[in-house]
Amino acid sequence: MKNNIWTIARKEFSRFFKDKGMVFSTILLPGLMIYVLYTFMGSGMSSMFGVDEEFIPKMSVVNMPESIDAMVETFDVTDVTNGQIEEIKAELQDKNAVTNLLVVFPENFDADVMAYDNLTATDAAPNVEVYYNSASTDSSEAYQIFFTILEQYETVLSNKFDVNAGEAVYDMATEEDTTGQIFASMLPMLMMIFMFSGCMAVAPEAIAGEKERGTMATLLVTPLKRRELAIGKVLSLGVIALLSGLSSFLGTYLSLPSLMGAASDQMDASIYGTTDFIMLFLIILSTVLVIIGMICVVSALAKSVKEAGSYITPLMIASMVIGITAMFGSGAKEEIYYYFIPLYNTVQSMLGIFSLDYNVVNIVVTVVSNVVYMGIFTVVLTKMFNSERIVYSK
Amino acid sequence: MEELLKVENLHKTFKLSAKQQKLERTKSKVKKAVDGLSFVAYKGEIFGLLGPNGAGKTTTLRMLATLIKPDSGDALVDGKSIVNEAEQVRSKIGFLTSELKLEDFFTPNFLYDFFSDLYGVAVEERNARKEELFKKFGIDEFAEVKVANLSTGMKQKVSLVVSLVHNPDIIIFDEPTNGLDVITAKVVTDFLLDLKAQGKTVIVSTHIFSLIEKICDRVGIIINGKMIECDSLENMTKEKNLEDKFFDIYVETVGDQNEK
Repeated sequence: MKNNIWTIARKEFSRFFKDKGMVFSTILLPGLMIYVLYTFMGSGMSSMFGVDEEFIPKMSVVNMPESIDAMVETFDVTDVTNGQIEEIKAELQDKNAVTNLLVVFPENFDADVMAYDNLTATDAAPNVEVYYNSASTDSSEAYQIFFTILEQYETVLSNKFDVNAGEAVYDMATEEDTTGQIFASMLPMLMMIFMFSGCMAVAPEAIAGEKERGTMATLLVTPLKRRELAIGKVLSLGVIALLSGLSSFLGTYLSLPSLMGAASDQMDASIYGTTDFIMLFLIILSTVLVIIGMICVVSALAKSVKEAGSYITPLMIASMVIGITAMFGSGAKEEIYYYFIPLYNTVQSMLGIFSLDYNVVNIVVTVVSNVVYMGIFTVVLTKMFNSERIVYSK
Repeated sequence: MEELLKVENLHKTFKLSAKQQKLERTKSKVKKAVDGLSFVAYKGEIFGLLGPNGAGKTTTLRMLATLIKPDSGDALVDGKSIVNEAEQVRSKIGFLTSELKLEDFFTPNFLYDFFSDLYGVAVEERNARKEELFKKFGIDEFAEVKVANLSTGMKQKVSLVVSLVHNPDIIIFDEPTNGLDVITAKVVTDFLLDLKAQGKTVIVSTHIFSLIEKICDRVGIIINGKMIECDSLENMTKEKNLEDKFFDIYVETVGDQNEK
């Protein structure tokens, strides 16, 4: 029996690994694409929202107050008159305009601000008009910088008390906690998607595809037991899907600091030890086997790869929804019964592992129950291979 | 003579979908594909199943190959029951039909080794037999060419060779020359005669009279899932040629049914 299982697995491996295009698109490409995409997105977001220290905003100001003048030393300020306002506003409509901002202060801004008491005043507070072009990156950045300066100035004017002033560290969370929280909020959902995608890339082709092409019946006329065929398929496809899932995981893991931008200072992945990675590997391996088993069963019902794809899509959406639950809520569940629910147990286990707050018993329950579910799917698949209605459905 | 295949009262009924009912022009929700079929094939003979399309030939052969189960009845293949000992039956037969395909991605060499492993053929025996069969069918030149890149005739030869990796005593061929060019068809029919000369039992289903006349020792005529006549080719063609004899039987049988 072992020999026949290995013979089937060897055939599946040959089919996959001898096809360079398939290896590239299923194993290398997902990890590579995720890494490049996330790194690109991260650097894009950094340049969009980050501050370019060499950038000198060009600002035209009407009625520049003395109090503000000292705060905008880094700006290239041009004093203009009320008569030039419309002309500069028209210029700002061009997103490539040389001027980035037009600021109109009321006359006697400093005196009016000092005289204004928001508790007793009946009139509106002095209003500063800041004109900019949100379609221009430079103008938007200049607006953000200047807006922040004005807000800080307003805070200073009305300062009655401070919160967490000074250099002391008030957040009692450890660096590990913070990093773990960031990884835990993102990776379980992404991993569910990657694992499912990896399984979807290989299983429908190997089951529904063989039915569609008539090669399944060729196997079934040999003395091969249906059980051996089912186990051989599930295990070999599981290994291939695992490689695909790990590639995606690696791509995500390495590019996540870039994607997280500013928070990346806190994202040191070395907080995870060997035990954590072993736990994670066992969870991923057992989950891939469950998903492969599930997709194989659904694919066996289909008459073609295309039909299998349409049957599997709702399952993929469901697994994504389960993955999203990791982004909300307060950490991994402690109650053991959650760890018997297929896929949900995976998300909870990964949540625990990434946030460095897991119970080994729950991890073991997840792995064991996943192996049992894989066994159930294999038995169902065996029954399906025995059913002439399934094998000969055309 | 030694009975190598004994078919006893096989029945097989299929459910018809609404679409199939329309195509078959019937209100019945089931179709009797095989209806009490019995026959025997002896060691070292070629037995032909002759019948029109839809007569139940392919269904019968699928049951013999244990791809589908009979509703009732049984068949013994070298003493093993197709109902209760399916795996042993599969290890004793070679089955070839146009609906069984080989994976396009693999080479004849890989497929031969793969199927040999599934049949548990020892490596030395496998290599010797592969060399002999590949040479006989001219596959050796294409042994490392993917099946996808082979001609239709060469694909059929590879299928034939792969179905015989375990040197079975009973070989079942469904429409063995269908879709083949005349040269490949000749290679296949000559090979069937070779197998007979080696003492193998060959069961072929076909609706080609000339093929039956050329290679078969005995013939069974199936119409509407029933064995209408089963005899040696010699006896069957004493008074008329096979084609005329068949049409006499066909008109008589279908006529009888129409009267009912």
